[in-house]
Amino acid sequence: MAADPLFELLLRMGDNTLILAQRLSQWCGHGPTLEEDIALANIALDLTGHTQLWLGLAGEVEGAGRDADGLAFHRDVWDFRNTLLVEQPNGDFGQTIMRQYLFDAWHVLQLEALRESSNPQVAEIAEKAIKEVSYHQERSSETVIGLGDGTEESHARMQAALDLLLPYVGEFFANDAVDEIMKEAGIAPLPDSLRSAFDEQITPVMQAATLTVPDTDFAHSGGKSGRQHSEHLGHILPQMQWLQRAYPDASW
Amino acid sequence: MYAQMVKSTGTGVKSLDEMDPRERAFQERIDAGEKIEPKDWMPEEYRKTLIRQIGQHAHSEIVGQLPEGNWITRAPTLERKAILLAKVQDEAGHGLYLYCAAETLGVSRDEMTRMLLDGRMKYSSIFNYPTLTWADMGAVGWLVDGAAIMNQVPLQRTSYGPYSRAMIRICKEESFHQRQGFDIMMKMANGTAAQKKMAQDALNRFWYPALMMFGPSDKDSVHSAQSMAWKIKMNTNDELRQKFVDQTVPQAEYLGLTVPDDKLAWNEERGHYDFSEPDWDEFYDVLKGNGPCNRERLAARQKAWDDNQWVRDGLLAHAQKREAMKVAAE
Repeated sequence: MAADPLFELLLRMGDNTLILAQRLSQWCGHGPTLEEDIALANIALDLTGHTQLWLGLAGEVEGAGRDADGLAFHRDVWDFRNTLLVEQPNGDFGQTIMRQYLFDAWHVLQLEALRESSNPQVAEIAEKAIKEVSYHQERSSETVIGLGDGTEESHARMQAALDLLLPYVGEFFANDAVDEIMKEAGIAPLPDSLRSAFDEQITPVMQAATLTVPDTDFAHSGGKSGRQHSEHLGHILPQMQWLQRAYPDASW
Repeated sequence: MYAQMVKSTGTGVKSLDEMDPRERAFQERIDAGEKIEPKDWMPEEYRKTLIRQIGQHAHSEIVGQLPEGNWITRAPTLERKAILLAKVQDEAGHGLYLYCAAETLGVSRDEMTRMLLDGRMKYSSIFNYPTLTWADMGAVGWLVDGAAIMNQVPLQRTSYGPYSRAMIRICKEESFHQRQGFDIMMKMANGTAAQKKMAQDALNRFWYPALMMFGPSDKDSVHSAQSMAWKIKMNTNDELRQKFVDQTVPQAEYLGLTVPDDKLAWNEERGHYDFSEPDWDEFYDVLKGNGPCNRERLAARQKAWDDNQWVRDGLLAHAQKREAMKVAAE
């Protein structure tokens, strides 16, 4: 293992929230209703706050003088540790809200477990974040239900979104060497230990939404390990990092 | 100030003697500083003028998300991104308060949106200018929100209750917006040569459009007198513009930036700055739809409306099903 596993874990948390916030920010001013515009901006804002905490701690743990901004704005694709789900394009509003719900459902469980972390700084961030993330899940699940059980068109769009995105969910629950070490140290749960609770969370929501969960175990992977991101990340980063890269001497 | 050229009766202000008893009683309540509430009797023109003005203000908040939203994904630090997200979220919230205030006058949010999209209602000319560099996020906060506050602070005392209460909530947040804009300008003006250049360029491009936000000169402002009598406009355009210049010039000096006006000079006798008028031909062009970004701004709102019709329909259908189930269960 090249890097410190705790550093890896913190990047996985912070990069997920960073990239998803970046995606949600693209909706600003273009949402379906004013209320949704406000909600999406609010979620992006919360996730940006979490990013500052996770990447800030990652920088401390690394001890190489990089702070949260240094990590966010000065790494290239291969150093990012977010899952493939969060870098997927926004698509229509249905895809955005389905991606959000699937992420929120995992995020709540992950933070609940991290609250019990043997690392007090990790536990503290999780404790702070979970209040906001529980609200994100409440809202995204209601919207998935409303649109799934809405009109014929909204139902079809939500089903298409679920079919498209479900294969990106498995990556959240696949254990690797970093996870094993974190579990051993009592810092984080094993990802696969959260799977049944995740299924219990989404099953009634999908039922109420009259959506059919595709019967497949196939899971894309490569994001959280950094082995192979999608092409999309390579377009998100230049936009996000441009000012910092173009004017390295400037402070903002 | 997000209300420009709001049409009123255009017939001049009646004296109390010329009014019928209901109108007179209404005007006397306003003169006495009372608030008019949604269920109270009001002249039809008061209602219509208010709808136009509040609607224009609401639309400005919504369209105003676009030039700033343009930079959220490119904000240079996480902190700046968070602040900008919070600001744009506030603006959408302001839009919401204002649409609610307008709804109390009998016009729905959807109707107002349709009037925006088909050009029957306007939004402030300022949002038809592009945001080209990060310094523009500073200039928008400092100058555009600064100009908006000039108008909105007195409007907290406007005669229509729901509008006045919306303004009180909005003003609290706007002063934070202006401060964060000035903070960006400070950082840029005291930064590298490139940053300073961006800051000066932003001031050059936003100065005159900011002055235009107050609307045409009083001598050309045909709609003011009645609105002022009704206390839905509290100051004249020129008064507010002067106040804005007087406040902003020392701030520009503090930043070490140059206001792009050769005629700008302190007038000891008047106790105010003398300054050049903006190019009013440009202002009228922008109002007619020929500003640099009119087409993009309206197209973005039209697309948001059209592409997401299915979302609004879906959520409505679901709510109706729920309601039907509840009724059936009772």
